[in-house]
Amino acid sequence: MTFPLTPAQTVGPYFAIGLPWPEGPHAVAPGTPGAITISGTVFDGAGEPIPDFLLETWQADPDGRFADLHGHGGPSALQGFRGFARVGYEDGDGSFELLTVKPGSIALASGAAAAPHIDVSLFARGLLHRCVTRFYFADEEAANAADPVLATVAAERRESLIAKVVQGGYTIDIRVQGPGETVFFAL
Amino acid sequence: MSDSGKPARQIYDPVADTPSCYVREGEGVHPPLDSPQYKSTALRHPKQPLVFLPQNLTELTGPALGALAPVGELDNDLTRQHEGEPIGERIIVAGRVFDTEGKPLRNTLVEIWQANACGRYRHRWDRFPAPLDPNFSGAGRAVTDEHGRYRFVTVKPGPYPWGNHYNAWRPAHIHFSLLGRAFAQRLVTQMYFPGDPLFRYDPIFNSIPDEAARDRLISRFSIHDTQPDWALAYEFDIYLRGPGATPFEEAL
Repeated sequence: MTFPLTPAQTVGPYFAIGLPWPEGPHAVAPGTPGAITISGTVFDGAGEPIPDFLLETWQADPDGRFADLHGHGGPSALQGFRGFARVGYEDGDGSFELLTVKPGSIALASGAAAAPHIDVSLFARGLLHRCVTRFYFADEEAANAADPVLATVAAERRESLIAKVVQGGYTIDIRVQGPGETVFFAL
Repeated sequence: MSDSGKPARQIYDPVADTPSCYVREGEGVHPPLDSPQYKSTALRHPKQPLVFLPQNLTELTGPALGALAPVGELDNDLTRQHEGEPIGERIIVAGRVFDTEGKPLRNTLVEIWQANACGRYRHRWDRFPAPLDPNFSGAGRAVTDEHGRYRFVTVKPGPYPWGNHYNAWRPAHIHFSLLGRAFAQRLVTQMYFPGDPLFRYDPIFNSIPDEAARDRLISRFSIHDTQPDWALAYEFDIYLRGPGATPFEEAL
């Protein structure tokens, strides 16, 4: 027997009283070798920063292992690897910064490899359900070119999924609507 | 062992029950992101079509957040987080988290947040001129037990006005955040109370197109869980998507 899904509702403007916590933006413990920051800004359809977004990320470690409930691939060799970050502010300005490591590539069932990527959920007031996107990395050109998901995205829109290299890490903006709109996925 | 010779499992085995894919969300259950009656959606919904994402390890796994940010002893009792008790109608909110196959999801984090009994959130941008309660923060966390059960003690939140349209009021609700066991199962929703006269006027509740789906967000009064001389109880079960058949296009 199957049961009907529980429908989604917006996270609303006041999630900050419950969801963020101080270490939330750290997908790895501070001081982890190879740690990078990923920063950016979330924009609405008028090009204005969205101050009340909640961003969550989920990813593998550099060896392609997940710190998950199922124990896929065995425990991470990185002490303190969480693979999950949650960023949201009571008094935000639209920007985010999270601390993590670049994930490794992941073997797919077909034997192909997925380019290093981070899965992202975006929630906000005015978003009735999460928006799912990904962060890929600009310095993984060969892996990105071979990635089967990126291959399904129209060439002119792929750039919205690719984080650019900056000092200490990467930067990527999320545009929910309008020119340069970020690619969002149906999952 | 069951009659068929297969082990009968009532709960998730963390490894053996990792599905190869989850049912896709499809259309009709969740509210459309473009819901004009809810004005804040206007500039905050994508206009380009969503791109099909095949499910692979990143989507089939999920964080063990209960272990990352351990749940404290009083985290599921919002009436005991301060020196005194909050003002309002004390209630029990309890239920189970399942997948759509009816399997209980154990050891998964349930987070809630809500307004106080007067309809005011402890948040700097809430300007509703109703009193804050020094004994109420309005946030709770619980991890489901081996039967998928969670339980909170709190006070019933009040309805409150908002700026969506003239004389707009949100029906009383508690926000729920569910991690499930996989990125694919992540869900944020709101729980409502039975018989609220504001349902018909609320564009957020009514953004869910299907009436039966909307009704699944309305908790049920439970005399069974109500504690004599202490608190009324409301029951709210949550269904996250379960394993699906692997369609051709999932296989990259």
